[in-house]
Amino acid sequence: MAESGAFFERHEASGSVMLAARGNWQVESAAALDRELTDLAKSRPGQIRIDLGGIDSLDTVGAFLLLRTARSIDASLENVPDGFATLLEHVEKAVEARPHHPRRRHRHFHVGEWLDHLGEQVFRILANATELLAFFGRILVTAGRLVVHPSHARPVALLSQLQRNGWAALPIVGMLAFLIGVVIAYQGADQLAQFGAQIFTVNLLAVSVLRELGCLITAIIVAGRSGSAFTAEIGAMRVNEEVDAMQVLGLDPVEVLVMPRLIGLLISLPLLTFFADFVGIAGGGLMCWLALDITPPVFLDQLHGALNPLTFWLGVIKAPFFAFVIAMVGCHGGLEVERSAESVGHHTTASVVRSIFLILVLDAGFSILFAKLHV
Amino acid sequence: MSDARQANGHADGHDDALLVRVRGLVTKIGGRTIHDGIDLDLRRGEVLGVVGGSGAGKSVLLRTIVGLMTPAAGTIEVFGEQMARLNDRERHKLEARWGVLFQDGALFSSLTVAENIDVPLKEQFDLPHHLLVEIAQLKLSLVGLAPETASLHPSELSGGMRKRAGLARALALDPALLFLDEPTAGLDPISAGDFDHLIGDLKSSLGLTVFMVTHDLDALVAICDRIAVLIDKRLKIGTIEELMRDPHPWLQSYFHGPRGRAALDGKVA
Repeated sequence: MAESGAFFERHEASGSVMLAARGNWQVESAAALDRELTDLAKSRPGQIRIDLGGIDSLDTVGAFLLLRTARSIDASLENVPDGFATLLEHVEKAVEARPHHPRRRHRHFHVGEWLDHLGEQVFRILANATELLAFFGRILVTAGRLVVHPSHARPVALLSQLQRNGWAALPIVGMLAFLIGVVIAYQGADQLAQFGAQIFTVNLLAVSVLRELGCLITAIIVAGRSGSAFTAEIGAMRVNEEVDAMQVLGLDPVEVLVMPRLIGLLISLPLLTFFADFVGIAGGGLMCWLALDITPPVFLDQLHGALNPLTFWLGVIKAPFFAFVIAMVGCHGGLEVERSAESVGHHTTASVVRSIFLILVLDAGFSILFAKLHV
Repeated sequence: MSDARQANGHADGHDDALLVRVRGLVTKIGGRTIHDGIDLDLRRGEVLGVVGGSGAGKSVLLRTIVGLMTPAAGTIEVFGEQMARLNDRERHKLEARWGVLFQDGALFSSLTVAENIDVPLKEQFDLPHHLLVEIAQLKLSLVGLAPETASLHPSELSGGMRKRAGLARALALDPALLFLDEPTAGLDPISAGDFDHLIGDLKSSLGLTVFMVTHDLDALVAICDRIAVLIDKRLKIGTIEELMRDPHPWLQSYFHGPRGRAALDGKVA
């Protein structure tokens, strides 16, 4: 191994020390050489000459280690083979150009640092909220402009958004709503059977799916599906400087990128919610029929009695608000992306988490509002 | 074992002095033929400049040789190994012996410049942290970047700086073979000249072999030993003097147009 690696021989003669470097001084052996040479430099050996005549091959790292040693112990490099002279000269120039001691950062854990970090986080959250509010204002202004100048609207982009975020989401939304209906009916029946009140499973199903679960499940799926896509699409355009290109071409990114996505979602999310309501009730109905022997005519009769005219609308009315939150948070995240791949990922995650959080906060707000209104 | 292989290699007409040997290369993208029967030899220690019009397939040739694209026909040998016959492990070993600089640097955007340079070093060797820091500083300095650049992210660099940082990463393992895709495009003329000198110096001190896609006539004159021109899906290879005498209209306007004359003025008889 020693033959293929790099090493040096030490000869002492009349007060001066001669180091004969031999072998392949390359990056492969750098770790070992670094250790030995650092030890050597620490031992302060006095007058030293380094003989390079025995070196078989040398690369920039090897040359760097030699020069660093020569510098730190004030030694001279002698007997340099012709082939390595230019390399050494080149590396020497590079070494001179850089500061001798690179600054090292020490990271220690301190309570103060932790508090500092916490404070930073709080301020960042506040700053984010302010930015989002400003973005909300920008959207409103742009929407106002579109109302005044309808010719600025982009119907083709809107249709494409409807296709991607509405139509294409039908299967997954339908399947999950169906399963939710089945689960509610099954769990509800289990509990209500203890009172002999299985028939009220229908009431439980109707109220929970129509008022809460239909729109919540749909909004959460769409936040994960479309909200993330908004951030990633617009973010990738940011990385590619396409958004900047738009701006210098006189196009408003909010008008071109945000509005079609926002309006598309404002239309498709209520429709998806309606679909989810319908499929959820159907799934629950099927479960009632199979497991509880509540036949469809009885189910429909009970359903009719359980609902008042507002029940359906109290669920669907929330959908446009959720849609607004998803599109706004998603697009804002995209526009915030900096020019790196990591930033795209970070903002995509953040916008999904933020929009789901805001959806649940809004939903709680609606519950309180509806309770105050006694509906 | 290795002796036997070497003997076989020579019997097949292999030559140790050839780092890259391409025979009958055909590449197609989406049914369109880009290269139609290309033969190319890259000798140890030479700098080969690859020129050609925009869209002639210069970058495609580079990407095919380093294995990013699969040829439709033909053989590619690098360091005497036939690329198509290598398994993953052998290919990784081979890849550690060359460096590639992409057009816009292709730095990893989530890492700092110093971390970018350390990526291949960490992958191949177990080096202590302080040495990694020092090597990154050295490579930066070699490509003419200030030490402060080390802690910056690629998004904070100018186009020219990104190229230099990309070169520093390509040089991290002191490769024997360097592939450069338009290294001096986007650099100011003075930096481009310095860059040419750097390549020349590295070539002579490290025995570096360079495959360089370029548009820069100054670079061709200053450092290229031979020039390969991609015309009509094929390669014409020769020294600059030989190619200047070629009657092909593209070559004529390339070397004898105003820019060509300015670059060649006084340097080539």
